[in-house]
Amino acid sequence: MKFYFMHLMPYADLDLDYDQKYNSAWITLPNSYYDPKKGHVLYNRYLDELEYADQLGFDGICVNEHHQNAYGLMPIPAVTAGALSRRTRNVKIAVLGRALPLLNNPLVVAEEFTMLDNITGGRLIAGFVRGIGAEYHAWGVNPAESHGRFHEAHDLIVRAWTEPGPFTFEGKYYDFEYVNTWPRPYQQPRPPIWIPSQGSSETIEWAADPSRKYTYLQTFTPAAMLAKYMKMYKEVAEGYGYEASEEQLGWSVPLYVAETDEIAMREAKPHIETFLNKFLRMPKEMLLPPGYLSLKSMMGVMKAKGAIGGHQTIDSVMEKGMFICGSPATVREKLEQYQKEIGFGHLLTLLQFGTLPAELTRKNIEIYAKEVMPYLRDKTAAPVAAAGA
Amino acid sequence: MPFRDSTETIAGCNTHFMRGGTGAPLLFLHGANGAAHWLPFMEALSERYEVIVPEHPGYGASEMPEWLDNIGDLAFFYLDVIDHLGLDKVNLVGQSIGGWIALELAVRNDTGLASLIVNAPPGIRIPGLRKADIFLWSPEETVRNLFQDQSFSEQALAAAPTTDEGQMVVLKNRLTTAKIAWQPRLYNPDLEKWLHRISVPTLVTWGEQDKLIPKEYGPALAGMIPGAISETFADCGHLPYVEKADAFVARVSSFIEESAR
Repeated sequence: MKFYFMHLMPYADLDLDYDQKYNSAWITLPNSYYDPKKGHVLYNRYLDELEYADQLGFDGICVNEHHQNAYGLMPIPAVTAGALSRRTRNVKIAVLGRALPLLNNPLVVAEEFTMLDNITGGRLIAGFVRGIGAEYHAWGVNPAESHGRFHEAHDLIVRAWTEPGPFTFEGKYYDFEYVNTWPRPYQQPRPPIWIPSQGSSETIEWAADPSRKYTYLQTFTPAAMLAKYMKMYKEVAEGYGYEASEEQLGWSVPLYVAETDEIAMREAKPHIETFLNKFLRMPKEMLLPPGYLSLKSMMGVMKAKGAIGGHQTIDSVMEKGMFICGSPATVREKLEQYQKEIGFGHLLTLLQFGTLPAELTRKNIEIYAKEVMPYLRDKTAAPVAAAGA
Repeated sequence: MPFRDSTETIAGCNTHFMRGGTGAPLLFLHGANGAAHWLPFMEALSERYEVIVPEHPGYGASEMPEWLDNIGDLAFFYLDVIDHLGLDKVNLVGQSIGGWIALELAVRNDTGLASLIVNAPPGIRIPGLRKADIFLWSPEETVRNLFQDQSFSEQALAAAPTTDEGQMVVLKNRLTTAKIAWQPRLYNPDLEKWLHRISVPTLVTWGEQDKLIPKEYGPALAGMIPGAISETFADCGHLPYVEKADAFVARVSSFIEESAR
């Protein structure tokens, strides 16, 4: 198993009473809530944290993309990744983003990703997403075209990386006389592609296709859902006539580890609850604009009452396996059990969340890197080797 | 008088129609919430006219055709409908997005029309005069904002669909509305360039208290169409045909009579 430090870069100095006046930390929350002086400090702190992961032996660091919100200050992830590319030496840098349908010219992504891949000498992992529904309010892009634009932009970018240019591209949304991307990818034939998702059978069928075999990344969902979708990927792969490797499966989860269970719970509680109830807060209409999901999926969501917006606590998310928290022994045991049962090859941990301050974040990263990662590396080395043999 | 249901295949799309009454043809184009029911104003108009109420492609019981991408597609579709039904001198009445379709149709070809009546249509943009962000409203906020008299909102909320089938129609209507109106938001930058082509008698109406599209759009739009008249309904929100049904029916009828003279 491989270990990654994922960062959302929240605006941790947010006035948490904003919700007395506004119903979301996204789109409609005035940016007068953002103080650039505090933002400057936060950006540099967060970049330091990601760079520290390189020194501590993580396999990778992950940056994110969201627009017009206090939840994550990474609207243009290539800037974050670019800053990290020269200050890190060994880690892979995963950009998770990029939200392809938002772009009027997806060749921007082909170009920025190949630049990162060349500068880092092949340390880039290319993420492709549709963005969350709020992005379509933020950028004004039609959510009814979300799926169509995603697939077309994806095809265009992969062709730009793998086919000799110049060639012409004729799509419904994009039409180019010359596709001739300079530079070409450092990794040949192309950088690895990851597909983050909150769970979708259509996405799994597409990602697992033998022509793609993309890494499917399950983000912030209950462990039961994680198990279901990982199993689905393996079954779909079997249906295609091949065995999915652990390299094709990843999980992204917030995690806090401290000296004891009691200390971990006490230190994490206010910050994970702020993350859940303040930073993630948005009405259903903002999260799920029309067309973002298929009509059938929308019906499912409408029926799942309280799926969005209900007050969440550290206990409720720990119970569902959406947050891992405890002493090194507790965290090791939980992760080992999930890995053994579910069989994912990439573990992305969100080691800073909500308002978690610098000193606790640093302690979390250190204990995780020193007391959890090495143990799990040894424990999970054998099955990975066997799967590859 | 009972209305008749039918399904016609036009431009490859199975399209649901309700029709009632006899007389000069009146084609009613519905707004974003569709036309699932034969409403009292349709019944009242059917006493004098042959009232034809289709559900647009992508709405209600009509199919979502592959070709539907934008408002222009629906304008050409309704030119096909007029041909298909063999309508001549049709009185075209459009509510909100239905009014926008009617305007788009008329700039393309208004030779089949006798008159054009639109209530609170989007379609043009006047800088600084923003329409409401209907896509961020919850279902309840939407119903509240549709009416000036909240007793109509209470009735509409009580009648909200509870079955899976009914809720699916709500989602489908919303999806099609997004398809045609999300970006550019509720207008077509090319429409106002060609509104001068409309040569049939045209009436533009607006509820005085419309919370979706400001009533100032009414006179601005009428000013772009040769000879068009702009009027308002007092104490009324976005749906005069519900909130001021009698006045709406009376004005539609009198305008059609004036146009025929």
